[in-house]
Parts: sequence; structure tokens; C-alpha cells
Amino acid sequence: MLINGIAVLLDGFAYGALLFLMSVGLSITLGLMGFVNLAHMAIAMLGGYALISGMSMLGWSFFPALLLAIVLTSLFGVVLERGLFRFVYGAPPLAQVLLTVGALFMIAAAATYIWGPGLQAVTIPEFLQGRLRIGPFGFSRYRLFLLVVGLAVLVLLQLGMVRTRFGAMVRASVDDQDVARSLGIPVDRVFMGAFAVGSALAALGGALSVQAMGLDTSFGLKYLVLALLIVVLGGAGSIMGTFLSSMLIGIVIIAGAYYVPAMGAFIIYLVMIVVLTLRPTGLRSVRRRHP
Amino acid sequence: MNGGAEYLREQRRWHWAEIVFWLLVPAAWFVFPGYLVLGTQILIAALFALSLDLVMGYAGIVTLGHAAFFGIGAYTAGKLGQQGWTEPLSGLFIAAAAAAFIAALTARLVCRGNDLSRLMITLGLGMLLYEVANKAASLTGGLDGMLDIVIAPLFGTFEFDMWGRTAYVYSAVCLFLGFLLARHLVRQPFGLALHAVRLNPLRSGAIGIDNTRALSRIYILSAAMAGVAGGLLAQTNQFVAIDVLSFQRSADVATMLIIGGLGQLYGGLVGATGFLVAQDSLAAVNPVYWQFWLGLVLILVVLFVRGGVVAVVRRMAQRLGRRMQRRQP
Amino acid sequence: MSPASTAMQSADAATSPPAAGASARVVLETRKLCLSFGALQVTRNVDFQLRAGERHALIGSNGAGKSTLVNLLAGALQPQSGDILLEGERINKLAPFQRVRRGLVRTFQITALFGEMTPLDSVALAVCQANGAGLSFVGASAAHAGAVDEAAEILRTVGLLEHARDETRFMAYGHQRLLEIALALACRPRVLLLDEPAAGVPMAESRRLFQTLAELPDELTILLIEHDMKLVFQFASRISVLAEGALLAQGTPQEIARDERVRQSYLGHSHA
Repeated sequence: MLINGIAVLLDGFAYGALLFLMSVGLSITLGLMGFVNLAHMAIAMLGGYALISGMSMLGWSFFPALLLAIVLTSLFGVVLERGLFRFVYGAPPLAQVLLTVGALFMIAAAATYIWGPGLQAVTIPEFLQGRLRIGPFGFSRYRLFLLVVGLAVLVLLQLGMVRTRFGAMVRASVDDQDVARSLGIPVDRVFMGAFAVGSALAALGGALSVQAMGLDTSFGLKYLVLALLIVVLGGAGSIMGTFLSSMLIGIVIIAGAYYVPAMGAFIIYLVMIVVLTLRPTGLRSVRRRHP
Repeated sequence: MNGGAEYLREQRRWHWAEIVFWLLVPAAWFVFPGYLVLGTQILIAALFALSLDLVMGYAGIVTLGHAAFFGIGAYTAGKLGQQGWTEPLSGLFIAAAAAAFIAALTARLVCRGNDLSRLMITLGLGMLLYEVANKAASLTGGLDGMLDIVIAPLFGTFEFDMWGRTAYVYSAVCLFLGFLLARHLVRQPFGLALHAVRLNPLRSGAIGIDNTRALSRIYILSAAMAGVAGGLLAQTNQFVAIDVLSFQRSADVATMLIIGGLGQLYGGLVGATGFLVAQDSLAAVNPVYWQFWLGLVLILVVLFVRGGVVAVVRRMAQRLGRRMQRRQP
Repeated sequence: MSPASTAMQSADAATSPPAAGASARVVLETRKLCLSFGALQVTRNVDFQLRAGERHALIGSNGAGKSTLVNLLAGALQPQSGDILLEGERINKLAPFQRVRRGLVRTFQITALFGEMTPLDSVALAVCQANGAGLSFVGASAAHAGAVDEAAEILRTVGLLEHARDETRFMAYGHQRLLEIALALACRPRVLLLDEPAAGVPMAESRRLFQTLAELPDELTILLIEHDMKLVFQFASRISVLAEGALLAQGTPQEIARDERVRQSYLGHSHA
């Protein structure tokens, strides 16, 4: 019972780590520009497809293909941002929602055209396969790997935000865009950079989730609601908040699937409604609205 | 000053273009007898889009989960037909009531909070209902859909025939009545209040309007209207597929509305017509292409077509009118 | 003509309207009202009374907390401690729209109007709401028509009738400020909080504004935030001075003009 419980917990944390990678970009763009990007998970999906193509078409091994996927997808994200999204930054939320939904549809359709609608799989390197034995417990190596990656990214992001100049500019822009601009901070460039990082992380998450969750062209929509939920719960613009809510959601989903399989996805929406009723601004809100 | 009554009468007057529009509906019945099934679908989608216009276009509530109410209406009407309550009009009424009930339960959640939490909640509620319908397969038929729905002839005489003749008239009348209600509503103080809340919620509160209550009211009303549309679908098709609750349906109706234009009442009607006619011709060819072009059209409309097709037509008509005035000696 | 408008005629503020007697009842008051934003205390222990029929001006330098006080009174901000009483009733927990329904109405320093609506529709809506029919759509036609008539009358009073059908966002700034007042009047206020009504209004248009203010009914209790000292001394029967969130002085215009602390800080020497 305990062993199962710990396995479920690890599974939940690993899942949460994946969700964190994929959602943190959404949180930053929402907190930074108030921009609702419903195409974000489609970008994550492209990371997964890029990994698969890199390995099957170019014949590269896992990690080089992963790196390629991250770079290419991040580039795509920036092109999308500069070429399309920035035109609706000041627009009402409905315009942003519909524009990004349009982008989501186009990306999903293109993906179906290029890779077909079927489920994709990937071969992970040997040392990530199987289980690692620690005493009486056996842990899935891949799950541990996901957890390590998630924590590493969290630490790097936090350090980046606090220690680097770019991080300071991001924090200033999240806090008050107008003041940041008047201080000479190139807010548009900051945003482009944040978008690139967010897309890169989403691609990383998407690529890593192929093994964990499988990949098909409905990915972009399926996980969108989860990502939005995580961002709203964790508070837009807060990295730590996104991490915590990702972990929470990850555990709830895995535990729910394990202990109460009849409920299915039902449980997560119920949790969401309960939390949003009690705390409409999420658990930790960083972006201060102008009074 | 007694101009008040005259002022209002002027606002309520029917423009000749509107009359022409509504004459087209029965005209289609005569001119396209082979396309009445598609026509009924258009009418139902138009009613659904109209309901969305009330919440999004007039009240400014961004929702991607309105299909929830469409689906509730569909399943309720379907269930009644399946279980022996075959009278269509009362079935429709109950479907609307069911949708309104769920809306009343969730209105507080949706109408408080900011745009993002509203988007989340409406999206989440929609997905929640989809999951419920999926899991409760014994009740809803799950992924296979609800079958064996029997609907008695309308008023005891008009059978729902294969060619969709009765269905078309039935749906057309419902749409028209719904439209009349919406048209009346937006010209009443309630309509002004909604407009005010959308434009400046701080100010509307400062003139004594209870924003939450105003939004809740339109939300519930709109849900009832969407429920009627769903019920019509169930009754005219005598089948309910689970996609009535899907995100795709919510996105589709939002697309229809944005293409036609928000806040103008006719936007949803025009958008629904264009969307379904296009979908009927194109989607059958290749569903992937359809999704791609749909996404593209959505992006183009958001970027370039301010206020949708109806607004564009209106502006063109104004310009034309001014040009003709100048030509007159 | 009310004493206030007679005072308007003379450039000199030698005469000012009679102060409301101490026996007049208190319609709006705060007790030990406190609010801080983080470490910054914006409202310190403010004990403030507004008496029936008063023309009360609230002055102070920028950042003194005047608008904050109005926001607290109107319900846009919540105090951290202290009470706000309207006609003796504690209204701390009431939302802004509920306070409006009890007769406490405010205008905004930064114009907050319904940009895409016309003045006629905006004011008519406020009138409908004041009649309790703001959200009605069943059998409301007669009431609506009556509200439109009343709205036209209010617009005529503030001098906006010829612009009644313009779109608000295209109106001249001075006219928008007048519309602010018209909207507030439509709510049938018993206590009116005017937050810098003439702010940013060019000289030419502000005369109309001042005239409107002077012609407001005597039973209406008015609290006015204003920087223009000439207007303040002509209009107000009582003045409160706010400094760094606290009430520095309170009294009749003459008392305030003579008050050393106030003179040093705000008035300079032009009103000696």
C-alpha cells in the first residue's frame, strides 16, 4: 500500500513536472502582457513532433534531437509572436482568444497533414528505460528523469529571474509595464525573449511527454485546459506558483486515475471549479492590475 | 419634453433590410426544397449563435463553454423523447428550463471575477459536462450518442418528415421568436444596462447598477435560448451525438459570431449561414483542410474585419447612402 | 438665485454662503478611518462630518489623500479600520452600487463614462435605475420613455441638450465633465461627492460647469474636491484641509483662510 502510494506520488510529481514545463511559458506571457495564448499547448505539441521527426527523419539520437526540437520550436514561437500575436496585444480579450484559437486550429491541421492523426511514439535512450532500485522501492527511471529536469528548470528560472538583468527586466515589466517602459526597459524585446524561453520550455515539455503521455494532433487542445487551469491557480506571472499548482494538479490527476478511475477527467474540473470559487485570483497572483 | 416615446419608437422601427432578411427564411422553404435539412441546421445554429451574441456581444462575457447549455438542452429534449414524453413543444420548454437551471447555479461563478477566470470556468464547465456525458453512458449513450428518440407530430398533425419540411418551419418560428425577444431586450433599459456594464463596469456600479445581477440575468436567459437550440437539434434529428457538448462546438459558434459580427443581433445569423454553407461544401472534401482554413479565416477576421460582416455591410451602406445624397441636386 | 451664485458674480470672495448651522444633522461621517497601501498610510484616523445641505470643500496638495477619501466614502476602496456612516447607518460593507441606491453618489476625477453610448442613453439609464427599473425588459416601455424625457431635462439643465445624441467618446472634454455631473444628478443623490469636476477643463468651458454647480438644489449635500481656490472660496460654506492623509483643519472659509498652518502650506498669500 505504501509502495503503491509512493509510486503514485512519484508519478504525480513527474506528471506535474511535465505540466510545469509546458505551462510556465503561458504563465509568463499572461503575467507579462496579459496575453491569453490559447495556442501555447500547440507549440508544446510541435516540440514533440519535432523530436520525433529529428529522430526518425534525421536519424539523430534522443538528446541531440531534443535540443534541435527545442531550438526549432522556440524559433517558431518567436516568429508566431512577432508575425501574428503582437497585433492583438492591446485588443480586448475576446480578440486574443479567437486569434490564438485560430492559430491553434491551423497548427493542429498542419500537424495532421504532415504527420497524420495517429498516435506517435518515441524510443528513449537505454539508461532512461526501466526501473531504478533503491532499497525495497523501484522507481521508473524516466519518471525520475522528468522530475530532475523539472526541478532543474525551476531552479534555473528562479535564478534567472532573480540574478540576471533580463530577469530583472521581466519582473519590472510584469509589475508595471508603463513604468518599466518609462525607465527605458525595452518591454517589447523583453516580451519576445520571454516568449522564446516559454516556447522552448513548452517544446521541452512536449517532447518529453511523448514517452509519458503519447502524442497525437489533439494534444494542443486536450492539455490546453489543464495548462490554463494551472496558470490561473498558480497565479499568472509567478514561476513558483506555476510549479506548485502543476505539482498539485499532477498528483490529483494521477491519484484520481489510480484510486478513483471511474471519475476520469471529471475530478480535475471539479477541483478547478472549487478552487476558482474560493479564490478567483488563484493561489499566488503576481501581476498587479492597474487601479 | 415628451420626445421620449417618439425616441424609443424610432429605435424600435424595423429597417427595410431586416424585413427582406426575414422574408428570405420562408422564401428558402419554397426555393430550396431539397436543402431543408441543411436549412434547419442553419436555423438552429443561428439561434445558438444569437444566444452567444447576447452574452458575448452585449454583456461582454467571454465564454468558450456555451455548448454546455446547447448540449443540456439537446440531451434533455432527447431524453424526454426517448422515455415517452414525445410532445415537442413542452419538451423544448423543459429543455430550456434545464439549461437555465444549470446556468442559474453557475451564474455567480461566471459573472464575478475577471475575464481570465471567466474563460477558465466556462471552459472547465463545458469540459466537465462533456466528461459527465461520456461517463454516464447508460443515461446519455456516451460516445455512441442517444438513440431511439421519438417525437410526436407537432400540434398532433405535422409529422417530422424525412425532407425536413416540418423541422424547418418549427426551427424557423423558434428562431424568429428568439430573435424578437433579443431585439426587444436590447432596446429596453436592460439592454442599456448590459451595454453600460460592458463599456465601464466601474461607472455602471456608480450609477447604481448591480453588475453581477445584470450579467447573471442575461447569462441565464442566453442559456435558455441555447437550450432551445439544442432541444431543436435533438427533436429534429431524433438523435443526440456527444459532440453537442464539445469544445469544438463552442469554438464553432464563437467563430460564426465573430465572422458575422458581435453585438449586432444579425451577426450570429449571418455568420451561421455562411459557416454552415461553407462547411457543407468544403468539410466533406477534407476535414483537415476545413480546420486549417477555419483557423485562417478566424485570424483574418479578428485582424482585419472590424465588427464582422454585418458591420462591414452597414458601413458600406452608410457610405453608399452618403454618396447618393451628394449626387442629388 | 442662491447665495453661492451671487458670490460667483464678484471676483472677490468677500461674501461666502452661510455655513450650515451646527444644529443641521450629520448626513455622512467617518470615524477614525484608516487605510494603508503597504507601508504608505494614505488615510490616517480621519474623523469627518458632512452636514445636511452643506457645500463642503475638501482641499489639500496632491497626494494628500483626497481622492482616496472619496473612494473610501463611495465604496471603491475598503478601509482597514474605522467606520463610514450614511444617515447614521454604518455602510462599510455596502458595495458602491448599494451606496448609490441610498443616495450617496460620486463623480470621477478621471472621466469615467460610457464611451460608445450617447449622453441621452447614459442619463436615461441612470434615471431608470434610480426608478428601480434598471434591469427591466418586461412592460418597461412607458417607464423608459419617461426616463428619456427626464434625461433630456437633466441634460438641458447642464447645457448638454444639443449634444444629447452624440457619441460620448467624441465629445469635447468639457462636455464630458458636464456629463459626469448629469449622470450623478440622474441618480437622485442626497449626498453628492464631486471629485475635481473642473479638472483639465479649459477656461471657456468651465464657466458653464461652475454655473451648473452653483445652481444645484440647496437640499443636496455636496462634498467637493477642488484645487481652484477661487472656486472653493466662492462655493463652499465649509472647508476641510487634508494633509498626508490626515485632517489638518476644518472650518468656515474665513477660518481656514486665517489658519496659519494652512496658509503656510497651501494658500500662499493671495487670499490674505
